[in-house]
Amino acid sequence: MLGVSVLVFLFLHVIPGDPVDHLAGGEATPEQREKIEKCMGLDGSMVSQFGRFAGHVVDGTLGHQCPDPEGKPSVAGLIAAVYPHTVALALAGLAFAIVMALPLGIYAALRRGTWFDTLAAIGALSGIAIPNMLLGPLLLLLFFVDLGWLPGPFETGGAAIILPAFAIGTHLMAMLARMTRSSMVEVLGEDYLRTARAKGLSERVVVWKHALRNAIMPVVTVAGLQFGSLLSGSIIIENIFARPGLGSLLLAAIRERNYPVVQGCVLVIAASYVLINIAVDVAYGLIDPRVRRA
Amino acid sequence: MSVPGKWSPSVWVGTIMVGVFVVLGVFGPLIAPYAVGTRAMDLDHMYAPMSGAHWLGTDKSGVDTLSQLLHGARQALILSVIVVAISATLGVAIGMVAGYARGLVDDLIMRVVDVFLAFPGLLLNIAIVAVVARPGLPIFIVALCANGWVGYARVARGQVLTLRERDYVTAARALGASTPRILVRHIAPNLIAPLLVQMSLGFGNVIAAEASLSFLGLGPQIDHTWGAMLEQGTSFLWKPGFRHYAIAAGAAIAWVVLAANLLGDGLRDRLDPRQRGRA
Repeated sequence: MLGVSVLVFLFLHVIPGDPVDHLAGGEATPEQREKIEKCMGLDGSMVSQFGRFAGHVVDGTLGHQCPDPEGKPSVAGLIAAVYPHTVALALAGLAFAIVMALPLGIYAALRRGTWFDTLAAIGALSGIAIPNMLLGPLLLLLFFVDLGWLPGPFETGGAAIILPAFAIGTHLMAMLARMTRSSMVEVLGEDYLRTARAKGLSERVVVWKHALRNAIMPVVTVAGLQFGSLLSGSIIIENIFARPGLGSLLLAAIRERNYPVVQGCVLVIAASYVLINIAVDVAYGLIDPRVRRA
Repeated sequence: MSVPGKWSPSVWVGTIMVGVFVVLGVFGPLIAPYAVGTRAMDLDHMYAPMSGAHWLGTDKSGVDTLSQLLHGARQALILSVIVVAISATLGVAIGMVAGYARGLVDDLIMRVVDVFLAFPGLLLNIAIVAVVARPGLPIFIVALCANGWVGYARVARGQVLTLRERDYVTAARALGASTPRILVRHIAPNLIAPLLVQMSLGFGNVIAAEASLSFLGLGPQIDHTWGAMLEQGTSFLWKPGFRHYAIAAGAAIAWVVLAANLLGDGLRDRLDPRQRGRA
């Protein structure tokens, strides 16, 4: 986490370009520039600047909005207000991906070499290849404009999350379906499944209890690691569907040159990504007793 | 499923698709039916539908869509080659040093790698271009290389850790070969196969990242990239009869991403059978 903080800090200070110039404009007086520099914590040596930045991380405010912080919520306050929307979108995307991918991958593995398997492979590759900035608008056109079945942009009700979840989860769904299929194909050839069948267990128990539990490990890994990517993917999807969230906040901050907010959003998304990866490691232990004992 | 000793169909399909992309990237602007750019603006033919004269219609400035796509192929090829070349060179050099030196150097490098891995790819790209008022091509390339090198470094390090223990490396060391010579002459040639997989996937990632950043208005500020076309196309997707503009740009991006995935997966199947079929 320290490394992440350092890297986020360095973005503002190492990359060419003066953020104060961008914010103040070319005709700002030296006093105005100084005020902005101080507000953004860009005055003083690099070490003292990093000290102030780290202080804002520790005190939980993540800094203040510039150039006029008075009367405005802190960066953390802004982020806290929209963070649940982004998490909800990412979770909905993850749920969509898993719910679609597992049956698709399992069935394709069980029907290996059939037309269904081929169709599933083509679908998965298409899901990986199609850019979600095209998929999102096309989904809106079809289900909101043409058919009128689902809510469109600017709506925040329960049903309004369906299309964004579909758009953000399609890529992950395609990856998980391929993972599930290849994992299941590998596991279905194992000796212990032959033994399970020889014991007289039904095919349903063999597949869903014995095969899936072993095949799902790599799928959990990918799902967990990609959940963090869903958080960053929300930047595009929230923009398309005009939804509130970290992505919308980040883009608005970039357009307004509000660097403390940009810095805070990047830090929070990266921190979430790290924490999710740790959670995936813990989930391993819960799913696989071998990992728990190790 | 590929048969051992034979290239899988995905390699062939991926190679053909990549080949089409490369040919269009090299010759696209030469075979484009119309000029592009501000001088090619034709306000009498704005938003022209698909026709014999304009196979894929025209955009809001009356510029031929197919010609833009062909010029975009050149931009995509140049950008992806530059980013993949820089990322691969940097990543392989760092990974080889980490794997060969081991100990503290390896630990330090791998911690830096961990920090870069803590950022989802797109976020790191955005964080870098966001700081610059108008990100030109050099900053854009820096942004894409910033996380591009990590994958190559990990692959190179993993390989070098194994290769450095091989007898022929010990023999070279015993014969008095210097470390740079061992790395360049004896170890580097054995990295080519796994790096080919990484590089082929890298092409798709660069095109996808460019499209994402351009869509968000953070693109490289160069004309006729597919990402910029997609961004423009989605803004008039709502105009009846003009969906094909965005779909054409999206299809071009999907083509390269798909080609890169097919080729990368196929090469991985052939070169590392343990990874066969994994996404």
